[in-house]
Amino acid sequence: MKTPVLTRRQFLKTTGALVVSFNLMPSAQKAFAQFAKLPSGDIDPTSLDSWLVITPDGYVTFYTSKVEIGTGVITALAQFVAEELDVPFDKIKMDAGDTNKTIEQGGTTASRTILRGGPQVRQAAAAARLELLKLASTQLGAPLDKLTVNDGVVSVIGDATKRVTYGQLIGGKKFNAKLSVKGTGWDMVVAPEVKPKNPKDYKIVGKSIPRVEIPRKVTGEHDYMHDVRIPGMLHGRVVRPPMINTEPVTIDQDSIKGIPGVVMIVREGKFVGVVAKSEWSALKAAHALEVTWAKPTSKVPGTPDELFTFLKNTKPVRSAKAVDKGNTATALAQSKKVYQASYRWPFQMHGMIGPSCAIAEVKGKTATIWSGCQGPFRTRGRIAEILGFKEQDVRIIYHEASGSYGRLSADDRAEDAALLSRAVGAPVRVQWSRQDEHGWEPKGPAQLDEVKAAVEADGKLTVWDFTDYSQPWTVSGSTPLLASLQVGLRPNNPGGNNGTQASGDFYTVPNHLITIHQIDWHFPEPIPLRTSNLRAPGDVARCFASECFIDEIAADLKIDPVEFRLKNLTGNKRGIEALQAAADKAGWQKRPSPAPASNGNVAKGRGVALTNLSNTYVAVVAEVEVNKTTGQVAVKKMACSHDCGLIVNPDGLKNQVEGNVIQGMSRAMYEEVLFDSTSAVTSLDWSSYPIMRFPDMPELELVLIDRREMDPLGAGEAATSPPAAAIANAIFDAVGARLREGPFTPKRVLAAMQKKA
Amino acid sequence: MAKFSLRVNGKSQTVDAEPEMPLLYALRNDLQLNGPKFGCGLAQCGACTVIIDGNAIRSCVTPVGSVQNKAVTTLEGLGNTKKMHKLQQAFVDEQAVQCGYCINGMIMTSKALLDKNPKPTDTQIKEALSGNLCRCGTHIRILRAVKRASGQING
Ligand code: FES
Ligand code: FES
Repeated sequence: MKTPVLTRRQFLKTTGALVVSFNLMPSAQKAFAQFAKLPSGDIDPTSLDSWLVITPDGYVTFYTSKVEIGTGVITALAQFVAEELDVPFDKIKMDAGDTNKTIEQGGTTASRTILRGGPQVRQAAAAARLELLKLASTQLGAPLDKLTVNDGVVSVIGDATKRVTYGQLIGGKKFNAKLSVKGTGWDMVVAPEVKPKNPKDYKIVGKSIPRVEIPRKVTGEHDYMHDVRIPGMLHGRVVRPPMINTEPVTIDQDSIKGIPGVVMIVREGKFVGVVAKSEWSALKAAHALEVTWAKPTSKVPGTPDELFTFLKNTKPVRSAKAVDKGNTATALAQSKKVYQASYRWPFQMHGMIGPSCAIAEVKGKTATIWSGCQGPFRTRGRIAEILGFKEQDVRIIYHEASGSYGRLSADDRAEDAALLSRAVGAPVRVQWSRQDEHGWEPKGPAQLDEVKAAVEADGKLTVWDFTDYSQPWTVSGSTPLLASLQVGLRPNNPGGNNGTQASGDFYTVPNHLITIHQIDWHFPEPIPLRTSNLRAPGDVARCFASECFIDEIAADLKIDPVEFRLKNLTGNKRGIEALQAAADKAGWQKRPSPAPASNGNVAKGRGVALTNLSNTYVAVVAEVEVNKTTGQVAVKKMACSHDCGLIVNPDGLKNQVEGNVIQGMSRAMYEEVLFDSTSAVTSLDWSSYPIMRFPDMPELELVLIDRREMDPLGAGEAATSPPAAAIANAIFDAVGARLREGPFTPKRVLAAMQKKA
Repeated sequence: MAKFSLRVNGKSQTVDAEPEMPLLYALRNDLQLNGPKFGCGLAQCGACTVIIDGNAIRSCVTPVGSVQNKAVTTLEGLGNTKKMHKLQQAFVDEQAVQCGYCINGMIMTSKALLDKNPKPTDTQIKEALSGNLCRCGTHIRILRAVKRASGQING
């Protein structure tokens, strides 16, 4: 069967086929939420009215706790609503992320918004359409199967004079209909008995509908979190310690005496902040306030070398076998040749361009928080705990902040604002400095990956034994955040799991073992380097290790790297097609690596890597030029194939995938968080933590594989993983030197070249 | 505190501030102009870019006291959703935005570039934008949008 690739012509066709107007002022008539409530006070998902409201003019307001974090998901979800209801796209308004108005559908994380939230939204919309048809059936005196819907108008098939609009049927009124709902949050299954549209009849899903908020974003009219202003609002700044396990010994109030407009110095436990009338005064006061901090007592690894030894030698808090098939130990013992290598990946950061920002208004026993968080209900839980309030007495109002990549899951800034607002009794806006954001954002954990393998003479893997050592996410789910820790709350578990995928798990191997160790050296005390989910959590490192190791074996066997992978992907149709699509796009020439030695100072090479994240397959081919004298690597070109099942919005998907590939390339080439022996982060700005800049951008070609027969899968992360491995493999192809640690700085490349020589 | 008169987007405005306060805070907090964004406060990312006398300037490190009576243009001064500047329109046409936090800097820096060099090459655009960081990886589209605005890509 041919791979269902979207050709450029089809792409233009799907993108150009629909004229779409922007949805700037969606409805002249204001929609009032008509939700039903559960006894807890939360919104009841079993009431259809909790999901959507239709005004007399036929506009639809859909309520969701999923939020726009710069990835286009709200446009994509709105496409589902418009599609299932048969309403023009520009009549859909999404009201997102207000905990007082929306159903808890789980956070906007882990590339699951389309995967899990998509079906929830689709089913609720399909259920609403069915209810509307029932109403129309009575009104028009025709059975359901004689009705058709076009642009929100129901008419009788064969008699177009018999018609009624959605607005006439339900405008401003309640459905009063029940939905069957199982489970909660991400896992909630909504109205499974309602039959949604057949994807082959899709008119709106699958089209490149322009993102609804982009016009406002290019004119300064979009209300980003940072732009929200509340009447009577004061400005706060937190004075962070140099490292977490310390506390203030003295605070010199006189040090900020001359600064106008300072309202209060706030201290709660180890938490110190200032509040002032203007942002500039708050900033100056936070900077000038003299606080002496106690010397930290804990001993932590102070260099990357110490850290990796430590990861290897410390007893894990948790270990798990993600894959366990056959008997790797016996098989390895019986193998004539055992391949073995280990790979290191540094701490990396999310690096939002706009730092953390939130506003809190604490009044008596209630609180309202404005925040750009990926999980409004998660933030609500955190704020309730730190303030000692009932969850339902806390309201979170979402506003989009800066691109997040997982950073906005942990809502540190909302906690800061809540403590400061309670202390001064007024709304307080908190915005972090660049140094605080770099220093205190929870990092993507450092990882050590060890791999052993054996092959048969024909190049089929017989053993794959992959072991991953990393920290868990110390901030995830319900674990206390920065201010919580400073006021004395302690975690009751060692945090979330840094993932298991991209570990060679999709190859077919008879003896297959993937072991994941989670190392947390301070639990239940706060961990010095906070860690959390960084886009494609753990996968960038594991994909680097597993896909470079595959390449090492292929090179040893003198087999072409694509061919070697194909040999070991037996029966994995989507994996094979993704790999081939990227290779074809890149014009891959079949030959083993490394390339024949070149004359001249610049060596060229190409490398490939494949990954799978939650069933989305991505392959990347990278072409590099290596300067043999300086070790400088230029990534010239990348080709990327992407299969995330049914494509909801081709251009939106391209935008995401391009971003993922560039970010993955940046992480591979430039990014490493440095720290000292007190665990204080020393990469505190963009010069000490560089990311990719325009002059270094590669050319990029994409192949989108569209699978109409599948559900849509996630696309927010997967393509971040393969660039590192593809680039490292390309460097090997160019100069025959193996990099087993990122990022691929000139120094590391030169060292690898010298080692080989 | 002292009074400073500013000329922003063609209008005369007065703000009451300390002279060393960066212009960015006056624009955002006193004049409620949300186009320029705070990203770093260190002249490292470009999110706060405005145009002063034809040059793309980092408003996060420019003291408000130093720009009296100079012509300051912010993103809002270019256009709005009803009537967009050709650069803004090109960013929409190319969907050259993900989170969009960096986009003010991208548009304002490109505006200063195109005013001096109406048909820049790819290399010149990349050079002009080399101090503007985008973490979402929107570079490919941003480059195309600037080329489109300069009439070098059609349809
Ligand atoms: S905020 Fe001014 S350059 Fe970053
Ligand atoms: S679009 Fe998000 S930082 Fe550029």
